[in-house]
Amino acid sequence: MTEREEIIATREVTLHMGPQHPSTHGVLHLILDLQGEKILNVEPDIGYLHRGTEKIAENLLYHQFVPYTDRLDYMCAMSNNLAYVMAVEKLLGIEITERAKYIRVISAELSRIAGHLLALGAWALDLGAMTILLYAMREREIVLDIFEEICGARMTLSYLRVGGVRYDFTDSIKESIKRLLELLPKRMDEYEKILLGNRIWIQRNRGVGVITGEDAIALGLSGPALRASGVKWDIRKDEPYLVYDRFDFDTPLGENGDCLDRYNVRFEEIKQSMRIIKQALRDLPEGPFNVDMPGLVPPPKPDVYKNMENLIHHFKYVSQGFKAPKGEVYSAIEAPKGELGVYIVSDGSEKPYRLKLRVPSFHNLQTINHMSKGRYLADVVAIVSSLDPVFGECDK
Amino acid sequence: MKHAITEDLLIKKVKDNFRHDIIETTVYKGEVTHLVDIKSLRAVCNFLKTDPDLRMNFLCDVLGVDYFRETPRFEVVYHFYSIQRKHRIRVKVRVAENEAVPSVTHLWPGADWPEREVYDMFGIVFEGHPNMKRIYLAHDWVGHPLRKDYPLRGYKDRYNPYGEEKPEEI
Repeated sequence: MTEREEIIATREVTLHMGPQHPSTHGVLHLILDLQGEKILNVEPDIGYLHRGTEKIAENLLYHQFVPYTDRLDYMCAMSNNLAYVMAVEKLLGIEITERAKYIRVISAELSRIAGHLLALGAWALDLGAMTILLYAMREREIVLDIFEEICGARMTLSYLRVGGVRYDFTDSIKESIKRLLELLPKRMDEYEKILLGNRIWIQRNRGVGVITGEDAIALGLSGPALRASGVKWDIRKDEPYLVYDRFDFDTPLGENGDCLDRYNVRFEEIKQSMRIIKQALRDLPEGPFNVDMPGLVPPPKPDVYKNMENLIHHFKYVSQGFKAPKGEVYSAIEAPKGELGVYIVSDGSEKPYRLKLRVPSFHNLQTINHMSKGRYLADVVAIVSSLDPVFGECDK
Repeated sequence: MKHAITEDLLIKKVKDNFRHDIIETTVYKGEVTHLVDIKSLRAVCNFLKTDPDLRMNFLCDVLGVDYFRETPRFEVVYHFYSIQRKHRIRVKVRVAENEAVPSVTHLWPGADWPEREVYDMFGIVFEGHPNMKRIYLAHDWVGHPLRKDYPLRGYKDRYNPYGEEKPEEI
């Protein structure tokens, strides 16, 4: 920086960006200390969407809380369902069926695709490339159609349940997923051409929001944003849950830890998710999709009308739920945004004594000050998008 | 096999170094938990982070639990993960009401927000934290919602007609 530039320095200004700013991904409120257009300090002010999810959970039966998890990261509800039901299953000490495991993997990876597509689309929109948002939404729509075919819902899915999944995979769902897998690679090439062939996109992302792997770990960054800084940590690989250890997939890594790397990592992850889904569909075993435990899983609805015992099971499930043994467990999964962990303290009753959600968006947002300091105001927009925060999750 | 080695490391190594500071060690569902004396929390955390075999470089979360009827009333729980060694450990401290917990932000800067969240939700103060204030709720909020004696519907005021009446002492 030349001496001349130093002289132009103006009075320090504090600017409030959000909570109703189109590029703050919901209700992020940033308090920016500016010197001209240069960022001195960024203080995120969160909590506008705080609904007290953890308090609500303490007052609900274990199975009643599943729909609330949909509303955390509503861009990829399956992953949230998965994190929660896996924690409860760990507490209960049950092993779900093979088929349910494969179905869960496929669902979680589909929701990762849906989540990343929206992340890329919204990011491009924030930086002025609106076409990509429309394209990404078009493809996301196909994924949502598949979700609708699977469970009837498009966004708040509640598809996974403690002990398995709610409905079985039919052949027509498999066909739909196969069609998606055929279509998506071509469409992804289009995005790549539009974005990586665009000088503006490159310039606004390359070298912006750089964070080293060491700093990122110290600040609690996880998921694709951490991998973009070159840290090889993917819970699917390092602590494989479900059947992830049976699939062949790569963990894409970045080198520079800038916004462009975070874009590349997400982009690659969509491709890896497609690889996983392809293998899971190929190996999807036959068999039951729920554990055979009447206390945990209610009987199929048609049987409830015909059989007295089933009616009793159904009634008990709905009205009393099930008891979990006393103890505490923490279970984490690799959600599209990072480590999504659920910590449950059980006192032996039907409701969790304490339920803590370790949500990636919350921890990832902490890095924003580190990434933005010394950059310009316009870079903050790119940095926020590259972290991909979702406020349903961040504010709980 | 790897499991057994890790457990040996997580339990024995920590216990050998802090014979008098660890009150209780439990293993439940393969998760190792050390209940630590609050006075030695900093030393234990420092050891967990710097020991070459443990290398707990990633702080997953800090959270509070309110054991309403017990004394000391609260528990603050830390979840650590080692990205190099791929193991997890949980450290807990018991905290009485109005007792401060030493902050671990100097070891893991990422503890900043989670500790603020614990303060917001339970009213537990972290000593040495650079910015100890509420994070989710408004700065003039009364009470700490995740305490067990805080009503589910909140306290009654002009914005919340369905809340419960506020007891006198608050």
